[in-house]
Amino acid sequence: MNDKPERLIDKKGLRLDGRKPDELRPVKLQVGVISNADGSAYIEHGKNKILAGVYGPREVHPKHLALPDRTVLKCRYHMAPFSVQERKSPAPSRREIELSKVIRESLEPAIFMEYYPRTMIDVFVEVLQADGGTRCASITAAALALADSGIPMRDLVVACAAGKLDDTIVLDLMDTEDKVGSADVPVALMPNLNAVTLLQMDGTLSTDEFESAVNLALEGCRQIYALQKEALRTKYVNLKEENKEEAEE
Amino acid sequence: MAAVITRVKKKQIEQLIAKGKRLDGRGLTDYREIKIEQGIIERAEGSAKVLLGRTEVVVGTKIEMGEPFPDTPNEGVLTVNVELVPLASPRFEPGPPDENSIELARVVDRGIRESKAIDLEKLCIAPGKKVFVVFVDVYVLNHDGNLIDASALAAMAALLNTKMAKYEVEDGEVKIKLGYEPLPIKKRPITVTCAKIGDKLVVDPWLEEEQVMDARISMAFDDDGNICAIQKGGSGYFEPKQVFEAARIAKEKVEEMRKQLNW
Amino acid sequence: MPILLERRQLVTPGDLIAEGEYIAGENTYMENNKIYASRVGIVEYETKKVDVVALKSFYVPRMGDIIIGTITEVGFSGWTADINSPYPALLRASDVLSRPFRPQKDDLPQVLDIGDLLVAKIVSYDRTHDPQLTVAEPGLGKITRGQIVKVTPTKIPRVIGRKGSMISMIKQETGCDIILGVNGVVLITGKTLEDEQLAMMAILKIEEESHTSGLTDRITKMLKEEKSRKEEKKNE
Repeated sequence: MNDKPERLIDKKGLRLDGRKPDELRPVKLQVGVISNADGSAYIEHGKNKILAGVYGPREVHPKHLALPDRTVLKCRYHMAPFSVQERKSPAPSRREIELSKVIRESLEPAIFMEYYPRTMIDVFVEVLQADGGTRCASITAAALALADSGIPMRDLVVACAAGKLDDTIVLDLMDTEDKVGSADVPVALMPNLNAVTLLQMDGTLSTDEFESAVNLALEGCRQIYALQKEALRTKYVNLKEENKEEAEE
Repeated sequence: MAAVITRVKKKQIEQLIAKGKRLDGRGLTDYREIKIEQGIIERAEGSAKVLLGRTEVVVGTKIEMGEPFPDTPNEGVLTVNVELVPLASPRFEPGPPDENSIELARVVDRGIRESKAIDLEKLCIAPGKKVFVVFVDVYVLNHDGNLIDASALAAMAALLNTKMAKYEVEDGEVKIKLGYEPLPIKKRPITVTCAKIGDKLVVDPWLEEEQVMDARISMAFDDDGNICAIQKGGSGYFEPKQVFEAARIAKEKVEEMRKQLNW
Repeated sequence: MPILLERRQLVTPGDLIAEGEYIAGENTYMENNKIYASRVGIVEYETKKVDVVALKSFYVPRMGDIIIGTITEVGFSGWTADINSPYPALLRASDVLSRPFRPQKDDLPQVLDIGDLLVAKIVSYDRTHDPQLTVAEPGLGKITRGQIVKVTPTKIPRVIGRKGSMISMIKQETGCDIILGVNGVVLITGKTLEDEQLAMMAILKIEEESHTSGLTDRITKMLKEEKSRKEEKKNE
């Protein structure tokens, strides 16, 4: 029902949603939103709306999967049937299974796996609404949920994608741009350790273009990282201010 | 320490309820605080989020075209699906729907279907061949008790929020026109669940009360005060007089909620 | 070589706290001579040691800890208990019976059944097996009444207060007896449910605001206000 747009970047250099090539979509983050989970976070990244919940470390079920010297990290990326234009069946698709794996592998380097042998950490990601870049937004939310749960981590993990539209390297593709553009490069980063924990690409890029794309994505990651820290702070700073006011009354 | 309820707590809840009180201070027939937000998922044709105490349910509706059932060639199709996502509770596991999520889906479906909430005939495009199919996907995000009432409310709120594309039929082909119109809704059913603890009935059981109850009974009422769906759940039982008492309480609560929600 | 952050500053995992000749304390780790935070929390340091007081963490068993748990399974020769930790704890029948277990004669569920609460002590634990409990000491054993509150274990010291000042004040104001499990589980036993709920409210508030100052006074004030409110209600 949608016609393919002719140009993704207009003469003024602006994209379909009015953004400049190196501009991020608006990002909102909230921590501690699911009371049952040990840790949780909610992200709105552009029109993406994603919930992440963490349970653990807890006992391993089934028992034979337990490891004697480390914890088992499990991740489930799942999209709600109403999250996309055409209703998606609730059963896991091959894409969801692959994304569950790469998201897990992007978070694992940040966790001290050897601290809690014979336990399991479950990370659940539910995409309530999707608009391109859900794996990156999922990683950003999942890392916050892990930090919220009190599981010790080396660093937070934050993710952002870059790509190519027409002839320009752009930051943070939305769904329409992703479908019509010529490349998509999602990147996840541990910002303080400067370590890339997820890197994928589909499309075609020269090596120079690839380098620009990755650097642009890392820039985007750092901007979102600042928001992650704010979200964790907000939970506690608000209390401090409330109490200051009470004391001054 | 969430999975097993301690005996001390179980006894406490039972003893309090025998005296007409509840652990969270509510009266036996009080609901927890209800918050409803509509239109939270723009990509869905309709959506709503319900917070019932700390139980959180999101519903999204999608409308597609499909074939009618052979025995109702002139009617659109309603289908309700429930996901008890693992992040909502330490007891939910990933996988295909289990008996709990299937029961919940069918109970929510029954309330909407039996009350004839949606004018399914208006969803017919070409009799016997093409109709609109309304998918109602219930996503439980946090389980703190009484998923039935929360899901039923959210499903109805999402349907009330649902818009379908305008269309016209030319030479047997369906052409989508510009603009939207609301889903044709005739009734607004409301469901009330009572749990039996000891010999008392409590409305809107929260998680720990559910772990203590003998059984529960859920009743859906249409706009005229008629009961249109009932489901008894749990492995305990009700005496007939308790069933009628539950119906009386439920009817009262439904009237209260209609005023509150303006339904 | 400096400590890069001030005391009581909030840090998130991965934040660089200090460089050089310092010791990595609680909730931190060291890599290449740099000390980073591993949990969300507040920075504290004394002379050479850098700590992060975590805002949320979970309980990992240690020998000698007094904990409060719930029986979740009755096994062949003992019980399994949930002690609010990633690891379930085991209690041998012989420990409770104070003599060897006789499978034909001893009916374990009669002694302790699923859902029973108990105060116990950790007698052994290491990375290769689950913690073992004992109740064979005075003050330990089955709990038959009271309210349970769970707080994040790092907050228990705050609930105790300096030299026990906070916990004594709560006990006094509410008239309740309070046992603090190191695993973050607190047992409150009072004369009435209202007294117990008052104590619960105080403890949960401490958990929320543990990182702020003037807490003891605020909690005392809150308890006194709640009590007078309830008195007024009664007299109406």
